[in-house]
Formats: sequence, C-alpha cells, structure tokens
Amino acid sequence: MNHQPTPQTGKEKNPNLKKISGIKMESIGVLMTCPMHKYLEQQLETHFNLFKLWHCNSSITEFLKTHQGNTIRAVVGDTNIGADAELIASFPNLEIVASYSVGLDKIDLRKCEEKGIRVANTPDVLTDDVADLAIGLILGVLRRICASDEYVRIGKWKDADFGLATKFSGKSVGIVGLGRIGTAIAKRAEAFGCSISYFSRSQKPFANYKFYSNIIDLATSCQILIVACALTEETRHIINREVIDALGPKGILINIGRGAHVDETELVSALLEGRLGGAGLDVYENEPEVPEELLGLGNVVLQPHVGSDTVETSDAMADLVISNLKAHFSNKPLLTPVI
Amino acid sequence: MDCNGYRQENHDQNLFPKPKVLVLEPPPVFIYHEDKLSQKFHFLKAWDSPLPLDQFLTTHAHSVQAILSHGSCPVTTNTIRLLPSLGLIVTTSAGLDQIDLQECRRRGVSVAYAGSLFSADVADIAVGLLIDALRKISAGNRYVTQGLWANNGDFSLGSKLGGRKVGIVGLGSIGLEVGKRLEPFGCNILYCSRNKKSSVSYPYYSNVCELAANCEVLIICCELNDQTRHVINKEVLLALGKKGLIINVGRGAIIDEQEMVRCLMQGEIAGAGLDVFENEPHVPSELISLDNVVLSPHRAVHTEETLMALVDLVIGNLEAFFSNKPLLSPVLLDE
Repeated sequence: MNHQPTPQTGKEKNPNLKKISGIKMESIGVLMTCPMHKYLEQQLETHFNLFKLWHCNSSITEFLKTHQGNTIRAVVGDTNIGADAELIASFPNLEIVASYSVGLDKIDLRKCEEKGIRVANTPDVLTDDVADLAIGLILGVLRRICASDEYVRIGKWKDADFGLATKFSGKSVGIVGLGRIGTAIAKRAEAFGCSISYFSRSQKPFANYKFYSNIIDLATSCQILIVACALTEETRHIINREVIDALGPKGILINIGRGAHVDETELVSALLEGRLGGAGLDVYENEPEVPEELLGLGNVVLQPHVGSDTVETSDAMADLVISNLKAHFSNKPLLTPVI
Repeated sequence: MDCNGYRQENHDQNLFPKPKVLVLEPPPVFIYHEDKLSQKFHFLKAWDSPLPLDQFLTTHAHSVQAILSHGSCPVTTNTIRLLPSLGLIVTTSAGLDQIDLQECRRRGVSVAYAGSLFSADVADIAVGLLIDALRKISAGNRYVTQGLWANNGDFSLGSKLGGRKVGIVGLGSIGLEVGKRLEPFGCNILYCSRNKKSSVSYPYYSNVCELAANCEVLIICCELNDQTRHVINKEVLLALGKKGLIINVGRGAIIDEQEMVRCLMQGEIAGAGLDVFENEPHVPSELISLDNVVLSPHRAVHTEETLMALVDLVIGNLEAFFSNKPLLSPVLLDE
C-alpha cells in the first residue's frame, strides 16, 4: 500500500480503488473468519464474494493453499477470531476489518494502523442487550432464579421450601468501566434503588456517580461488581485475588466483558472456598471451555457468551457490518469507524 | 362492635406471661425466625396437633384473640366462627384472598398484612423472570452446565427487551415498582387497573383483553379476587399473541392455567415466567419440559432482608394489638 492514511476521517483517497473502478462490489473478496450469524453470512454472500475460513479448518495456512491471498480485501471477524498479525500479513490487499462485535481485543489495531487498514465495529446497537443481560445475571444470582427453576424442574418443590435469597433493590453496585455499556447498566440499576459507583481510566465529568481511582476501593465499597470495560493490556486480569477478596463473601461478580478480565483460577477457588458470594458470567478465558468446578454451583449463573445474542440485535449488528463495508468500497465515510 | 370489651376482659384474665397467638400452618417467617417470635408470644400450633382443626380450636384455642396466618393458609368462615374471642388476624402476605374478609368485617376482626413491604422484592423478581424468559438465562445456564456449549456450538438467540410494550395488570404498589424498573430498559409501559391512576402518565386500558392486544408482555401484579379469578383467559392469551410473554407474580388463579399451558404448547404465546400456580406446589408437567418458561416456587418475597423486616412487622402488629394501640399495617375492611 503506498498511500498515507488519515485515521478516523474515512476521507482519504485509496489509490487502489482508482485502479479497480468499474469492478462490481460482488467481486470483492471478503473473508468471514467463523460462523457468526446466518443472516450476516447471507448478506455477505449477496453483496460480496464471500470466503469462509472455517471451510479451511479455520487455518490461514490451509486457506492460502487453495486461494490467492491477494483476493481478500476485507475481513469480517468476531470475538472468537478477529484479525491478528498473521492474518493481516497473509492478505496484502486487505483494506478493512469489519468486526461483528464492539470489542476489539481480537484485532491487532497497531498493525492495522501501520498498514493503513480501516477498522469498524458494532457499538451502540448492542449496548441495551448487554446491559439487560448484566441485570438478568445479577437477579439470577442474587434471587437464585436459575437455581430455583432447576429445583422446580426436578420436582423438589413438593418436598421442601427452597430457602432464602438475597434482595437486589437498594444494594450497592460498582461498575468497572463507565463506557456506553457501563452507563446503560448504571441507569438500570438506579431504577432498583441501587447506589452506583465506578472505576474508570479517568473520572467522567457528566456521570453523577461516585468515582474510585482504585479498583480495590471500588470492590471494598460495593456488593455487586460488574466488569464492563474493554479488554486491553492494562485490564487483563484486572479482577485478581486482591479484588475478589475485597469484594468478599457477600459480594458477587458479574462479567459481561471478556474472560481475560478475570483471573479465572482465582475466581474458581474464591467461589469454592466461600471467599466470594457468587458470580454471573457470560465470558470465560478459553471459550467455550468453562471451569468444571463452576458447573452446578447454586450461587453461579453461566451464560454461553450471549451478551448481544438476540434476533433483533444480531440483525442490527449484521446490517452495520454490511453498511460499513459498502461505505468503504464506495469511498464513503464509515458509519462506525475505529481506525 | 364489642371487640374492645372482649380484648380488655381477656387481657385481665390472661394467666400466661406472653399473649397467645394461634398458628394454623407455619408461615416462612415462622420457620426462619421462630425464636425471635417466641420470645414475645406463646404460639398455639394447630398443625402440630393430632386433633382435626375444628376440635383443636374448640379444645385449645377457645380464648385466643389473634391468628398468625400466611398467603397460602386459608382462614375460613368456619375457623373464625370457632374463635369467639378473635380480634386480629395477622397475615405475612400482601395478598388477602385466603382470608374470609366478609366474616372479619361482620365480626369486627381486624386484619394486618404485609402492606407494601414486599413490593420491591416482588417487582425485582418480575423483572428477573422477564429478562430470563426473553434472554433464556436459565435455559442458557442449563446449556453450559450440561456441557452443550463445547459440543454443540452457539446457543440459540433470545429476544430483545428494549422497545417492547409491557402491559402491567394491576398498578398498585407492586405494579408501580415494576413500571419504574422497566423504564430505563427502554420498555413502553401500559397498564390496566380497577381505576385510572392520575399520577402516572402510562397509557391506561380499562380491560385486560385490550391491554393484551396492545402489548407484547403482560405482567400480572394484581390481587386475586372474584373479578380477577381467571381474568387471563384464552381470549386474553390469544390477544397477547405469538410473540407475547406472560409473567405472573400475583396469584396462580388469576390465569386460566390449563389454557395458558395449551397456548404455550401450541406456540400461541412465546413464553412465560411464573412465580405462582393454581395448585401449588403442583406445577403442570407440560411446563417442566419447556425451555421458554421460567419456573419459580412462589418465592417472590423470600429474601433474607425482607423476611427480617417482616418479623419486625409481625411483632409490631401483634404488640400493637395486645396493647390496644393502632396496628402498623392494617387492612382497610370498610370498602
């Protein structure tokens, strides 16, 4: 690539486009890294020349045995397989990575910036669903909705009373990362009469919640700790043994961020030893593997990474991916650019 | 009415240091906090006796002035008539359908209940059941714990809550708390109630069927009485429609349970979250096999915090009665 990109504007001219003007979009090679959403797959097939990496055992090396690397001008990745350095290096004509996610931890952003590759994601359309799930997990854990549903299904209600749960309304909620999703969670929890505090890189001037510059102080002060920040080098294992101990035996941890935010080994031992009151998890360090010790614990609710998995939001995310790709290849501004 | 006279006479003749309170069946608050309650009152435990209830009452409870009851424990006309000294029924429930209120009115028996103590907890569970039913949280939890995520791949998609029209049936204390909680989720709240509430701006519907036709979620928050028994019937369920969900935190008998089961089995409605059933603890077996239903064993108020508050309220009401002071949470019987 021999042009100087201006990140974030989407307005720089791509000399490659000039060379190939007149070529229809349907011939543009787009690589989808894994099965994400049938509707997205269909749309990509309709509008572009779609290649599916999982048909080559999800291996770039294998893909390159039967395909020319320079046919791929766009990659659609997700939270499983994004665009790492190896992938980027394998496709010399790669112009844009459109992620079917808001999280960017699976994309080598530095490499993209270096090579002038555009990056787009799917913010906002999934904020509500992820925030809803966070509240659903809190209620599932504290009010033991999932455990008592199981209790009824196996016929135990006839034998005995299920026992007591913990009230949610009025409890103290601590949010790690007060971005779009963190803010949406805060607004919901407020309606339950909860007090809200947060830890973030910097204090948010327009947020009317108590700010802690230290995550241990946040964990000490709240009963429900929710991870809602982006995964970066700084936030990897941000929830460690010290934070878990500060949260304590009556505390519960909700993770709707990334598995790697939490030291999973420490989390498991804290739950088994009763040093942590409970957990609601949608993400894990090595999906779809879930630590065996967590299965069947009455104070833990486990979800198979479904934060944005509603019909409505999946379609909206897919539409956004398609719109970003179309915009790029028509030399128009990206709708939701990252780089 | 002569109840004040009765009360004074019995108090003077009372040979026991602690006032006697009759318990027909133990409420949850009794199971968890009997010690605290027994410090203040002497309980006559009808369920513990080998005698049939009528005989127990005439033999042991003839002079009893107060009953401690709970939501699923009927206090019948017959029971009240066998207790000539009865002056107070304290129920640990917010619901009153299990008590013969007409007989209480006739006899001048006061009734104290849980008031709005439970409203937050019930509203919390209503929202919890709704999110669970839409987003398949319990089903997803089963998917993971049964090892299906690793073997079978991604779980199926749920449905978005935001933007949905939610119809609240009964906008009392609980209904209002439910509406308040659902607003920041982006739900549009509608309601149906005995009377329109001038203090809320939610659109009002005078009948449940019309409400159901205009919303995608129905949340039952009303009390069970003659007007509301089976008010959720086939017509209402069909009006709610194939994408509709029903959440019940009221009483099982508000819904025609058999009809609801049929609608769920045939896809006439999309799902349900139920804390109450017509014949607890019996749950229709068809529901057990459904993934789009969340089942809760009537525990909308079973939190440690609320049960603690409830003990204090029960003690407070009984103490007020026995010292001739106003009840803390009386039911207004003269309607």
